[in-house]
Amino acid sequence: MTRASLVFAALLALLFPLSLLAGRVWIAPADFGPGNTLLILGELRLPRAVLAVVIGGGLGAAGAAMQGYLRNPLADPGLFGIAPMAALGAVASFWLTPLLPPAWAAWSLPVLALAGAGLGMAALALIAGRTASDAAGGAGDGIALFTLAGLMLASLAGALTALAITLAPNPFALSEIVMWLNGALTDRSWREVWIAAPLTLAGVGVLALAARSLDALTLGEEAARSLGVEPRRLLVLLVAGVGLTVGAGVAVAGIIGFVGLVVPHLVRPLTDRLPSSLILPSALAGASLVLAADSIVRVLPLVTELRLGIALSLIGAPFFGWLLLRMRKGAL
Amino acid sequence: MTLVADNLTLGRGGRSVVNGLSATLAPGQITAIVGPNGAGKSSLLLGLAGLLEPACGSVTLDGESLAQLHPRTRAQTIGYLPQSPDIAWDVAVEPLVALGRLPWRDKGTAAIEAAMAALDLQDLRKRPVSRLSGGERARVLLARVLAGCPRWILADEPLAALDLAHQLALVAHLKDCAAAGQGVVVVLHDLAVAMNHADHVLVLKDGHLAAEGPPRHALQPEIIAQVWGVTAQWMGAPGRQGLVFGT
Repeated sequence: MTRASLVFAALLALLFPLSLLAGRVWIAPADFGPGNTLLILGELRLPRAVLAVVIGGGLGAAGAAMQGYLRNPLADPGLFGIAPMAALGAVASFWLTPLLPPAWAAWSLPVLALAGAGLGMAALALIAGRTASDAAGGAGDGIALFTLAGLMLASLAGALTALAITLAPNPFALSEIVMWLNGALTDRSWREVWIAAPLTLAGVGVLALAARSLDALTLGEEAARSLGVEPRRLLVLLVAGVGLTVGAGVAVAGIIGFVGLVVPHLVRPLTDRLPSSLILPSALAGASLVLAADSIVRVLPLVTELRLGIALSLIGAPFFGWLLLRMRKGAL
Repeated sequence: MTLVADNLTLGRGGRSVVNGLSATLAPGQITAIVGPNGAGKSSLLLGLAGLLEPACGSVTLDGESLAQLHPRTRAQTIGYLPQSPDIAWDVAVEPLVALGRLPWRDKGTAAIEAAMAALDLQDLRKRPVSRLSGGERARVLLARVLAGCPRWILADEPLAALDLAHQLALVAHLKDCAAAGQGVVVVLHDLAVAMNHADHVLVLKDGHLAAEGPPRHALQPEIIAQVWGVTAQWMGAPGRQGLVFGT
């Protein structure tokens, strides 16, 4: 385990028990025992903390991989079509759920969000895959076209989501959609953990398979191909890995932005800066960040709980501005 | 392990950039590819590296088509050095050189150390690339290729942006590689370097092979006039010749 992984694993190990204690009702370790405390811990806080770790870990790993693939420290995995398509699928569920039998209705949101993510992955792989030729003339444009295809998908999904909001069947549905899009872990249970955890683990595993190819991209596309990297294989691994991690996160928690952007920057100074050495520590750091942010939103003295997605955007947007300033000074 | 281009035609961006070129390149030699801007030199190098699919014809390595080789096998055999690659992350010298071992999927510590020793980089191993001079950076990038222990080294204008001393040092390293039996193919703009240091020269014009052979034949003043449209004469003793322009 590298130094960066050890640092963020230790941080996560410290934050996890603290997050179980934090909330509107603080639980002291001395209060542990049968009754309500155990119920709160086992059925509310533990699944919520595990889900924060799962989603944050997935977003952190996806961010590290996406920045490595695009060779750009300002890349966020949420920007390239998959997260907006997953959100579109989830929003569609608010329309379709009333039409479904009650037994299916409970599953419609995560299933449709995952279907949206899958559709986004397929579209991105199809469009960008045509350009990620292994040796055809014009090779070298693959990453630029991946970016454009991702932005096109994100724009289309955003427009359709806005349309769905505009045509919301009733004010309650409108409120539900808007609240859900802001991202949160409130009231999540073990069911959401069982949906997101296997997909996220699979996604991080797929990204780990792409890690050394991402290292080769440090030298540019041509040099990477000369080192044996197969652009189509790398694209498929990246789209699958990011799709599984980001799609799973959106399916159970809504849109949680900026984690994939911010986390690799926190990790990079502790590593040799190659993408392969970022993926695992970024997963641990992403888990720590989301866990810490979710614990903080729970204890803030507000009338209603601040949505996690909003809190992370409030942290992430100024951080993004700071990155831009550093980039202008040539420090990135 | 001979590298052969047979009736090779390469296209980029929908237009043909190398047309029906045939050449046989031998290991243990430095082969220079020269020609005016837009002659197809870099495209030919990409084609010889198996990184640009032929529109027509083939490139073979010991009789086996490069297109049929697994990308990893090809990468283990042919090391390609692009012209001044943009390095995405501020990596230190040692992990950057170690990228040369990617096709082998091993740590290759001995090969990495040997490559860094050959290019005198041991003292710079921890230094980030952003803090290297142009000459140091060129050495690091060549060391990255050497760390892969390829049978062939294909380098696109490796001397560009280097001062005279660093050019000579880098040429000396490439000659050492050729002397050790590796095939070396370099795209060059400096005809004097090709004349004095190459064993074999390919002269390209408009994607066609205008001349080929030992430098004293391929770079005769008549050919320079025909290809570059410049009147020039070679002056000096063999191995130390310079080009003097005008009659």
